[in-house]
Formats: sequence, structure tokens, C-alpha cells
Amino acid sequence: MNNIVFKLNNIGKVYNENEKNELTVIKNLNLEIKENEFLCIVGPSGCGKSTLLRILAGLELPTEGEIYYRGKVLRKPTKDIGMVFQNYSLMPWLTVEENIALGLKFQNMPKERQKERVNEYLEMIGLTKFRYSKPYELSGGMQQRVAIARSLANNPDVLLMDEPFGALDAYTRIQLQKELLRIWEKYKKTIVFITHSVDEAVYLADRIILMSRNQGAIEVDIQVDIPRIRDRANPRYAELNQHLLDALEELNKGQ
Amino acid sequence: MEKIRKEQGLTWLRMINMIKNNTMENKIRRSISFVAPTIIPLLFIILWELFARKVGNNAILPQVTTVAKHFINISADVIGIGSIPKNILYSLVRVFIGYILAIIAGLPLGLLMGYSRRVKGALNLFISLFQPVPAIAWRPLVLGWFGVMSVATIFDLDYGPTYAIMDNFKLSMIFLIFLSAFFPIWGNTMFGVSNVQQVLVESALVLGASKKDIFFHVLLPGAGPNIVNGLKSGLTAAWSCLVAAEMLPGSMSGLGYLISHAYELARMDLIVAGIICIGVIGALFDGIYSRISDKYFSWQRLVR
Repeated sequence: MNNIVFKLNNIGKVYNENEKNELTVIKNLNLEIKENEFLCIVGPSGCGKSTLLRILAGLELPTEGEIYYRGKVLRKPTKDIGMVFQNYSLMPWLTVEENIALGLKFQNMPKERQKERVNEYLEMIGLTKFRYSKPYELSGGMQQRVAIARSLANNPDVLLMDEPFGALDAYTRIQLQKELLRIWEKYKKTIVFITHSVDEAVYLADRIILMSRNQGAIEVDIQVDIPRIRDRANPRYAELNQHLLDALEELNKGQ
Repeated sequence: MEKIRKEQGLTWLRMINMIKNNTMENKIRRSISFVAPTIIPLLFIILWELFARKVGNNAILPQVTTVAKHFINISADVIGIGSIPKNILYSLVRVFIGYILAIIAGLPLGLLMGYSRRVKGALNLFISLFQPVPAIAWRPLVLGWFGVMSVATIFDLDYGPTYAIMDNFKLSMIFLIFLSAFFPIWGNTMFGVSNVQQVLVESALVLGASKKDIFFHVLLPGAGPNIVNGLKSGLTAAWSCLVAAEMLPGSMSGLGYLISHAYELARMDLIVAGIICIGVIGALFDGIYSRISDKYFSWQRLVR
């Protein structure tokens, strides 16, 4: 039991837009996420994958069912569950190093240790030179690196990532995917990563879940056993990619 | 080789730019951009002088020179109420007392109402009811409440020079100034806090921020630019309400009083001098706050 990080029992999420309109985003969802797992959730936009991630983060509560984090019911955000948002999540009035230290400040970590930690993570993302820059002076890719460093500096148990590379250009995206894997190998966190790119999921994940617009049903749940660093030219890579794309298309046909 | 050629190219470009910047044409252009903002005011003054000469009546439109005289003999006593700088000082002190009270009330209230939907729900309607009422409409009520009470009378000072000075700061005036400064400060602060990007609040929450952390490390700095904007509008509003406030009975000094008293004596030249003072000082206030927000809140303009 110990290596199960998240356990979701019949989760449902209904939004009441007003008294007449109810919007069921997720219904009867069951899911277990294991320790050190790199899980990618893929699905068309509007399938509820972001809602699911926000429930995992404790930012939203399910309207039905229970969510357990390490055996306890999750009710609100905690520093143990970090999250990287799609973009613009850095405090625009703080410098890069102040942003990375933000969580440490909330934890009341002594200044000296904060500084050590910040230096370590600045080095990890290769932005030591930019420690005094403000977020708006950085490119989108650099901003996301800082956001990742800020989450990791807090030493979370789990890292949730909501399409973190979605707004980046193709090249930067591939660079950051590589960096993320390197970081994951080093720190061995449990990562739940949301993307709408099948290729990204196949490149990164241990396990891929495909969600459909049909109330967030999990249509596909597979393990990826291609060794890392994965080669996009590997026939098995291409095969898996194609398999998932076909499944996505099938889902869209069904609508 | 390629690199060297590229560098040479760059040097050439730089030199061409330097030559360009030093041409006569550019110098003229630069001096024009320096002079340009003064052209319209100068034209205005010339036209004013022409009209004034044509009218030939100081009680309708005073000549530029008559008005300028007041600024040259700045320390001279005017119409028996002391010099212009002395009256400016009284006005400034009044405005600052009212303004600071408005900050003390408006800032925390705006922060609280921007932060808590419940507090906003309870208070917003009530406060908004007063917002459209111009300060001047309060005049009769304010007079009834405060009469001629002043800083001197509430602190029960003994008669003497201090009393004479402190008696200039009537509660009625301060209240009107307070009212006009309060709404911009309160409103902008509330708007600023409730408009901080949700993603910033959430990213602090997932870093383990407490409610207190969210308030002090996210909402307050995030609302900073709007708060400064509110402080700026509040000061401008307080200063603009000066004439109305200083026209209240019991007033014996200040720029507003200078204007209304000069009107009774048909001294248009002093009225114009008073208007110029109010305008220039108001513009100075505005400039100071613009400086502050440029210096500390440049991030806001540059974000996205």
C-alpha cells in the first residue's frame, strides 16, 4: 500500500453553472498512481484532464467519491504536491531567485539554507546568470524552467504538470522534455503530466492514460516499456505513437 | 573569416549611426522635441495677452503681466490674507490631513473587500451608494455636524499663535477632502486585489502558502500598481476638492479661500494666479506618483 501515492475512488466532478445547467466533467473515475511513476494523461481539450489534475493538486474538490493522497483524504493544496502551470505562473514582481525561493519562504526556511537551495536549482536549470532577472525578461522556455525549479526547490513528493510545454516552440519543447527526464531520473519524483501531444507522452511516460470527452472516462491505460533515452526513430516508438493516435481518432469519431 | 567580416560590418553600421546622430538635422530634431511641449502653452499665453489687451478690463480678463506680478513678488501680502506661499502651505496641510485619513480608512477597507467576498458582499452596496455624491453636496450636513470645530478646538489648545494656526484646519474641510480622496483609494485597491491573476494565487497555494502568505506575498504586491494608481487619483481628487472645501464658512486662508475671496473683490488677476498654483501643484503630485509607479511597478506594463 505504501507505494500508492494517489488513490481515486469513483471520483465525479459536476459544475453548477446555474440552477438549470449542470456540467458533468468527470464521472466514476477510478485511478491509482504509484510512487516514482511518470504518468502522462492525454486527451482532447475539454475531456476533463485539467480538472483531474486540479483535483489531484487539492485546488478543487471532487463532488463525488474520494481522493486519497498517501492514504489520507486530500482536502486542500499542500507543499508535498507541487504543480507547474501552463504559463504565466511566476510572480511578475519577483526576480528569478526570489521566485524559486518563494515556497521556501512559506516554509520559513532559514535564509542561508534558502540560498543554498536556490543556487542548486538555478544551476540545475542552467539559469544562474539570470538570477536577478524578472520573469518578463525571460523567454517562455526559461520561464517554464524557473517554474519547474520553483516547484522542485520545495522538495515535493509529487509533481503535477499541466501542459507545461504547451505554449513553447517545437525545439524548446524537445529540449525541456529531455531536461525534465534528466531531473526526474535525478530526484525520482512521482510525476503526473498532462499533454495533448501523443508524441510528448510517448517520449516521457512510464504509463499513459487516454481520457475521452465522455465524462472523463479512461479509455486507454498502458505501460510504456521502451528504454530511455527514447529514440523517436525506434519502430516501437512509432508504433505506440500510431496506436495512440488511432485510439484518439476513434474517440473523436464516437462523439 | 566570416566572423571578422560580420564584426567589420557591425562596426560600419555603428559608425554610420554615429554620423547620423551628429548631423545638424538630428540636433534640430532633438531640440524641437524638447521645445514642442512648450509651444502650445506659449501660444496660449500670447493669445491670452492679446485678448486681455483688447478687452482692457482687469475685472474680466487680467493681463499676463498683472498675474505674473504676483509670482514675482511672491512674498507680498495679497488682499489681507497673507502671501501666496503661506496660503499654499495651509492648503497643503489640509489636503494632507484629509488624504492621510482617507488612506487610513480606504486602504485596509479596499484590501479586505478585495480579499473577502463575504465582506465585499456585506459592504459594497452601502459604500457604493455614497460614491456618486459629490463632496460639495455634503456641505450643509458637514457644517451642521462640525460647525467651526478645528484641530485647535478638538485638542483644546490655549489661545495664542499655535491656536491661530491650528484653527485654520477645520474639521468640515478635512472631512470633505477625506471623502473625495477616499473613493478612488478604496475602489482601486479593491479592484487591484480582486483582479490578481488566479494562477498566481494557485501557484502560491501549491507551494504551501497559508492565507496570510497569500495576502502578503501575492495579493498585496499583485495589487501594488492599482493601489498606487488609487493613491494618485485620491490625491488628485483631494486637491481638486480644495476650492469647495475652503469656501466653507470659517475659512480664512488657503488657495481656495484666496480664489473665493478675490472673487468678492473682483480681483481676477488673483483668481488666475490661484488657479495656476492649483494646477501646477496638482500636476506635480501626479508627476511624483507616475515616477513611483514607473520605478517600482514597471513589471506591470511589461507583463505580456
